[in-house]
Amino acid sequence: MRALPGGARVYVGIIVVSAVAIVLIGPYSGIDLGTLVLMVVLFVVAESISTHVLVDDEKAGISPSSAVALAAVVLVGPAGAAVVGFACCLALRRQILVKRAFNGAQYALAAYTAGHVYLLLGGTVGVPGQSDFPEIVFPYVAAVLTHTLINSLLIGLLMWGLGAGRAAGPRPRRWRPLLALEVTSIGYQMLGLAIAAVWGAVGIVAPLLILLPLFIARWTFGQQIAEARAHEATLATLCQAVETKDYYTRGHCMRVAEGAAMIAAELGMSAERVQKIRYAGMLHDIGKLGVPTKVIQKTGKLTDDEYAAIKLHPTRGYEIVREISFLDEALAGIRHHHERLDGRGYPMGLVGMEIPESARIISVADVFDCLTSTRSYRKAWSVEEAIAELRRCAGTQFDPKMVEALVRAVSREGWQTPDIAEPPGGHYGSTEDTELEGSNAPTSAEPAKRGGDEATKAAESTSAGVVTGGQDR
Amino acid sequence: MTQRTDGPPDSGAEGGGPEGGALEHRRRCGPSWRTARPLRAMLVAGVGAASLVALVGTAVNGVVEPHVALAFCLVIAIGELTRINLPGNRESAPIAVSGAIAYALLISLGGEQVHHGAGQVVAVVALGVALGELPHVAVGRSPSVEGVARRVFTALLLAAAFRPLAAQLSLSGPSVQVVMLMALLVMVAWLVDVVVSAILRAERLRTRLRVAARDEARAQVATGGAIASSGVLIALACTVTGLVGLLVFSAPLLVSQVAFRRHAEVRRTYLETVRALSRVTEVGGYVENGHSRRVSRLAHGIACELGLSERELLELEYAALMHDIGQLSLHEPIAGGATVLASPREQRRIAELGSAIIRETGVLDNVAELVRRQCEPLHGDGDEGAPPLGCRIIKVANAFDDLVGDNRDVERRVAVVERLRMDTDSEYDPRVVDALAGVIRRG
Repeated sequence: MRALPGGARVYVGIIVVSAVAIVLIGPYSGIDLGTLVLMVVLFVVAESISTHVLVDDEKAGISPSSAVALAAVVLVGPAGAAVVGFACCLALRRQILVKRAFNGAQYALAAYTAGHVYLLLGGTVGVPGQSDFPEIVFPYVAAVLTHTLINSLLIGLLMWGLGAGRAAGPRPRRWRPLLALEVTSIGYQMLGLAIAAVWGAVGIVAPLLILLPLFIARWTFGQQIAEARAHEATLATLCQAVETKDYYTRGHCMRVAEGAAMIAAELGMSAERVQKIRYAGMLHDIGKLGVPTKVIQKTGKLTDDEYAAIKLHPTRGYEIVREISFLDEALAGIRHHHERLDGRGYPMGLVGMEIPESARIISVADVFDCLTSTRSYRKAWSVEEAIAELRRCAGTQFDPKMVEALVRAVSREGWQTPDIAEPPGGHYGSTEDTELEGSNAPTSAEPAKRGGDEATKAAESTSAGVVTGGQDR
Repeated sequence: MTQRTDGPPDSGAEGGGPEGGALEHRRRCGPSWRTARPLRAMLVAGVGAASLVALVGTAVNGVVEPHVALAFCLVIAIGELTRINLPGNRESAPIAVSGAIAYALLISLGGEQVHHGAGQVVAVVALGVALGELPHVAVGRSPSVEGVARRVFTALLLAAAFRPLAAQLSLSGPSVQVVMLMALLVMVAWLVDVVVSAILRAERLRTRLRVAARDEARAQVATGGAIASSGVLIALACTVTGLVGLLVFSAPLLVSQVAFRRHAEVRRTYLETVRALSRVTEVGGYVENGHSRRVSRLAHGIACELGLSERELLELEYAALMHDIGQLSLHEPIAGGATVLASPREQRRIAELGSAIIRETGVLDNVAELVRRQCEPLHGDGDEGAPPLGCRIIKVANAFDDLVGDNRDVERRVAVVERLRMDTDSEYDPRVVDALAGVIRRG
């Protein structure tokens, strides 16, 4: 916000000036000063305590203070509500001046408009009496909707002004969480009417009664976010712990999680599903734990038995995580991430669209990361080479839709390749002489020269995570 | 409601909290009227009888202001239908309870005085709760009987205290004094509920009453605050707005309920994840099948006996589930995974590796500490002094399970406890071994 673009600066200026004008003009006739002061104090307190919740990586605040603003609409009319809204800039929190002024002005304008809509539809200013119910509900609801609408509009315009240079790209917006947020916030704002209704009888006690559950809810939301973060951190750490078995696959699970999430988001899935697929990506190789270390680290030719042990790992992984109920459909992604479209994959040899969507996503992300990272027998490929390889295998091994989604997402957001150059000396006992023994292990030097079919198998074998050649069947 | 007596002891869905899943309720033996938890049976029977009396009385005397009763009954039923399971396997129905509180505290409705008595309140609440539970029971999700009983009991207390006063208060209308009185009554009712639930918890987990009371108070302060203030608010608002208020002003509670539910889900997921991932050591062949879970269950039982608080229990459960995770860093599994048979140096190394992994998460530092010091002898080694109680519990539970395994033979188990007892002067904490003996004795 430090360097506001010119357009945004003009916009903020206009908003602030018009809000100040409204507050100065009034009219304030017939408004109880004591009520107004109490409302202002209440609003500032509510605004100061409110924190912001993260929804889908976007900061969006729902704050109990808007309930107070709408109570002000009923109790002290449009002008009074504008004053109460403007008091937002007095909130006790660290915020730069421009933002403060804009927030205050934005709330003032929203409350003022809402107040006029309320009056227009037949609402009366002052403490509602018993005769006002239930007729008052209709203008009040209209005021709530107006308030929400104007607020979102003013912020949306500002964001548009700020983000014009950033060009968000064609990434599908996720509306659902935002919608849920709006519904919650409208629920909050209905309480303004409650504050107004009981104001006459019990005065300042009323808002305390109302705001208490809201603050408790906010507090719980905060706890929940903290706990969700803890959950993610724990998952990530445990996955990395599993990876310590193989030096070369360090960070693999996190990158596959990222890649799978990118594909899922590119396909326009809901935030919730994206998150599930991210977790499934993180956990996809956890079944490797069941494969003896010496097989995983073996760099020579694999025997039939050893290869069979490797083929078990998706099923093993599924057995470990199947009790994590929230993963539901993403569990299939772990179980089937080595299936191929042409039915030559394992463990079940599913064909085409029989393979669950999450598995098709993870499989692409998995192989992409394998190709772009160093293995004991070859250097990492460049992103371009890896994409060309994925495209070549689309239709036989991968779902073309997922490959293209990955390509689009990577071209927009880039891809973090691992920076592992060389393993610590002598990490593997037997790497030296067996390194390029396998006939179709891709060589580090010229990946492009390899024969077509062999490349597929190489990709497949790397995706199995087994650092060896000649294991394909 | 009325016909509910003592149901099956573990009918509620387990898995919500520290003891969910970790504690398996034993199948009761003996005749059905003999229960391991007499206090709970007493509460349920008492509340059931009171509800029955209230229902019959209301039916005989006729319902006062039936439309009000019907509206509140419906709200309570809906609230009961949308009940939630909070962390620690605590069943809660915020909307139902605040509806019940509001009905008990209702003075007038849109200016018209209401006349219902305490008996009718209990009857309406009991009926509403029973209606709301019907769909749950129909799909096989039976409620925790004591949860239902506690909800009706709260309404009963409040109604008995406030209804006689309502007639006089209605003349003055709502005022700050009335609100204060209501708040006071609700707070007292909350305290009573905390004590009741603490007694039930102490009985269920065989832990100490004081510890249980503290846990319950901490766990219920947020929900209780939200429920109580909403209840009072609805009662007040209905005075001004009539029955519309009941609908409109349940909204803040709805928001709170959503928050509570999501929070509980995240907590449950977290535990599920740790539990599932603790199996990586088993699948990897590092430890015997089911070892982590058995150690965790045993440690939980011992810790309850020794009076650990709920938070400590949770940390202990995590630590017990992950106590062998350091073995992942070993190149090859220890034979049979029995760390008790490995050399002390090796054990120390595994513990430290595991602790390093857990510390890496950045959020489980206490758990990491428990794992790090799990194999220290009774008086500790080095300068750090004796290891925390949690470590000593894990040490005993782990040693026990390494020696017994999945063997359910009672004689062998007792023999192993005796063997551990021989080492209580240097290795194992005698108090922990005693607690273990108690847990084993109960089966």
